[in-house]
Amino acid sequence: METLRFDLTGGTRSLAGAQLVGVVGSGNLEVLIEHQDLGGGCEVEISTAAHGFGTIWEAVVRDFHARWQLADARIAINDMGATPAVVSLRLDQAAELTTGSTGDAP
Amino acid sequence: MKSYREATARQRLAAMLDAGSFTEFLPPQLRVTSPHLHQLDAPVSFDDGVVVGSGLLAGRRVFVAAQEGSFMGGAVGEVHGAKLTGMLQRAVVEGVDAVLLLLETGGVRLHEANAGLIAVSEVMRAVLDARAAGVPVVALVGGSNGCFGGMGIVARCTDGVVISEEGRLAMSGPEVIETAGGVEEFDARDRALVWRVTGGKHRYLIGDAQEIVADDIDAFGAAALRLVDAARAAGTALTLEGLEAEHALLADRLARFGACDDPLEIWDGLGIAAPRQVPLLETDAFRELAAAHRLGVQP
Repeated sequence: METLRFDLTGGTRSLAGAQLVGVVGSGNLEVLIEHQDLGGGCEVEISTAAHGFGTIWEAVVRDFHARWQLADARIAINDMGATPAVVSLRLDQAAELTTGSTGDAP
Repeated sequence: MKSYREATARQRLAAMLDAGSFTEFLPPQLRVTSPHLHQLDAPVSFDDGVVVGSGLLAGRRVFVAAQEGSFMGGAVGEVHGAKLTGMLQRAVVEGVDAVLLLLETGGVRLHEANAGLIAVSEVMRAVLDARAAGVPVVALVGGSNGCFGGMGIVARCTDGVVISEEGRLAMSGPEVIETAGGVEEFDARDRALVWRVTGGKHRYLIGDAQEIVADDIDAFGAAALRLVDAARAAGTALTLEGLEAEHALLADRLARFGACDDPLEIWDGLGIAAPRQVPLLETDAFRELAAAHRLGVQP
């Protein structure tokens, strides 16, 4: 397993409660998103079965942050080889459920 | 109509229970994950593949567990099993109306070896303790991974099993039988054979399942409640008479069908005129046909 962590700043949108979306199955992942006081930050921690894809994860996570601008959000991911598109969809699903909105186009 | 088979564990509970009534025990935010999988460099899940909690089903207070078949085949590890056992024990303390086990599992999580085996045996004991305390326990089997291994035994330790045609229930799974006995004994790639042997219709006909429903979450919930009511009326605790009747049924089954090579022969032996039509029937038509032939029906 490889663990990655990204701390993103500058977000403004807050969220409520906690949600788990997705399942840790082949080509899939689970995303746990929670409100947590992080001084306005958005923390993403990833545990993945696929080694060596750190730069792609960073791009996907930064795109997500650009779309959603979440603040005080803790996101934890257990991944079993999901593709970047699936990861983006799961992140959007988690954000939609906790913000009650469908987000903005970048 | 919402497909039970295609839903995740969480979707099944959300759709089956009264809206907004579910409260999860040990929710994923608590991150109670397997202590063993890290050592094997395998992914964990924040709920260890099972969702447990309380809720209302048609206004009745029930405790529920739903296994997630997509995470390690729904297999039972130490934490997963402890969540099932703890929920069943708490159901007795709180005297809930019933416990529903939404099982989708290959059985013991072999990665966790003895810890998983012990966990499954603890679940069996907890099921029987709940029944002895007067709490009906019902198993629901309709996920694509079926219900196998030690958890197949757990399903049959309950007051009753609700299954769909797509559901499968057995001890050893098809691949296990083929590996141990050879492809001449059982061809695990023959899907029609696999479903004839382990599928819901056969289980219903030979008395291993007490309700068969279409692949619909609401139908599963309603059938589970019928079994809960039947268990309350008949008494949930195991009795010597009940066990002896079960043993007599199994002995009779073995004597009549032990030499059969295919469930088609068993269905023929049960008096079904056109056994080859059985796999083709819709659930309602099948239930009608089965009524006069199935085993294990309480007089």
